[in-house]
Amino acid sequence: MSVAGAHPRPPFQASARPRARVFGRLGRIVIHVALVGLGIVWLIPSLGLFITSWRPPADIAVSGWWTSLFRPEYTLGNYRQVLTAQGFGRSFVNSLLITVPSTVFPIMLAALAGYAFAWLRFRGRDTLFLIVIALLIVPLEATWVPVLRMFNNPVGYFRLDWVPFLSGIDLRLTGSFLGIWLAHTGYGLPFAIYLLRNFFISLPRELFESAKIDGASNFAIFTRIALPLSVPALASLAIFQFMWVWNDLMNALIFLQDVTKRPLTVSIQALIGSYGAEWHLLAAGAFITMSVPLLVFFALQRYFVRGITAGAIKG
Amino acid sequence: MSRGDRGWSPWVYVLPALLLLMLFLVLPTIQTIWLSLHGGTGFSPTQYVGLQNYVQLFTRDRFFLSLDEWPPSGAVVNNVLWLLLFTGGTVSLGLLIAVLADRVRYEPLIKAVIFVPMVISATATSVIFRFVYSPDPVIGVVNAALIAIFPNLEPVPWLGRTSLVNIALIGAGIWIWTGLAMTVLSAAYKSLDREVLEAAAVDGASAWQTFWRITLPMMIVPIGVVAVTMVINALKMLDLVLVMTQGGPRNASRTIAFTMFWEVFNNSLAGYGSAVAVVLLILVAPIILLQIRRFRAEEALR
Repeated sequence: MSVAGAHPRPPFQASARPRARVFGRLGRIVIHVALVGLGIVWLIPSLGLFITSWRPPADIAVSGWWTSLFRPEYTLGNYRQVLTAQGFGRSFVNSLLITVPSTVFPIMLAALAGYAFAWLRFRGRDTLFLIVIALLIVPLEATWVPVLRMFNNPVGYFRLDWVPFLSGIDLRLTGSFLGIWLAHTGYGLPFAIYLLRNFFISLPRELFESAKIDGASNFAIFTRIALPLSVPALASLAIFQFMWVWNDLMNALIFLQDVTKRPLTVSIQALIGSYGAEWHLLAAGAFITMSVPLLVFFALQRYFVRGITAGAIKG
Repeated sequence: MSRGDRGWSPWVYVLPALLLLMLFLVLPTIQTIWLSLHGGTGFSPTQYVGLQNYVQLFTRDRFFLSLDEWPPSGAVVNNVLWLLLFTGGTVSLGLLIAVLADRVRYEPLIKAVIFVPMVISATATSVIFRFVYSPDPVIGVVNAALIAIFPNLEPVPWLGRTSLVNIALIGAGIWIWTGLAMTVLSAAYKSLDREVLEAAAVDGASAWQTFWRITLPMMIVPIGVVAVTMVINALKMLDLVLVMTQGGPRNASRTIAFTMFWEVFNNSLAGYGSAVAVVLLILVAPIILLQIRRFRAEEALR
């Protein structure tokens, strides 16, 4: 939407005068050069990775990816090798197994809590919500060691060793999908509650009051009014949480110390460690990791922008 | 609707979430503070050492903070560099693109291009920039471009030289996060009162003057919000460093968050690493207070 289109100029004025004064012809050229230049700088890194991922390893070693724009010779071999021999096929499935529940759980819990924080009255509500806001910013670094200790030995962590039947069972959560789902749910909740509470409270009050007068229960109001009206907010949140978990390296590294359960990010990191200069594998592997978020982004771009402008403080 | 669940306490709605927040954020944070007062190796340090970890960190750990020679070095200094350059870079580039792109027809395209790195994982970005910065001129596009311009130049090992590695990492960070700054600032710019801007133009103000005297002051609040977000990101910077350089070469690219991870998970010093985490916590504490104040002010307007 351009400025000129939104505000028609008064008649009798030389058509482009105010604009021309703001930005002369030279100015407009400078704008184009700056934007196109930045666009190219931003595009080149991922473009290079993408092209490299399709080049035969022998070519990668002797000529830059930019030369293959003119002498194209591409192969599927890198992808085949990384998906099978390097186990990225398995990691792809693991990434999905980790990400889907880690997206659904926090949104369900946050929708309930966000609704209560917005429209129900209870003692300490405002203080608790301030704590949620504070938790938005608390660095996860400050939680990892105790959470890992809890996962390593839940019974001992909660001092439940005295319960006779508990001491016999292995409740270890480290290296289990359940553990990482719980961790992502806990870590995702502050942002999810914050976003949904602010969305719910922006809905018109009359809606809730008239439903109450008609005798609707809180739960009915939640499921039949609040939830249907907040589909766009829930969608934005789902996309954010999905991306955050899909792209997460640190939590998977710390809580899923099991080679067979590695998500894509951990596999890439391991690949760098063991094959630091095998560019063809790294490029194909990295592009596999990127493919899902890129698809989601291009398919659902508008939800992204909405979500970002709604809550720009997720750390 | 007559199921009679009206009597349900609101606590049923909030308790599951509060329980998880308690288990994963509140209690662990308190425990980390307690752990930071303990020494020894392994995951459950038991030996109480008081503030000794902190003393060690600030006076005897030259990878954390070294003031003995000029310029000072260590993770704290690197993080200051991140704070200044990363925050300044993302905010100013984001603002520049937001304002300029508003005047061209290909605005959606350029914005998508700048935003794409935001959706890529830091791990993939690390791979991308290991390519970009590679000293091998058939791999690294930066060195290839430099050599095309200056044929006699030796390839520069951007990630392998202690004096360059932080700048190179910050460059990758800016590449990721500028899209976020741009999106928020563009939304703010488009909601400005156009009449004020046009009146300035009609009164003969140049584009330059309009930007510095009118646009910028009117956008100071959203710029502040974005800057705070970037400061938080800079303070927590970890995964890029871990995957791209592992804090090297010769520990020159460590950040505070990286130090925490490395001391706990590589050196098995859970107490010492916890002290680093507490330092991080203290650094973000003013931002927490700021956010709470901002929220209260917004609520007062509601």
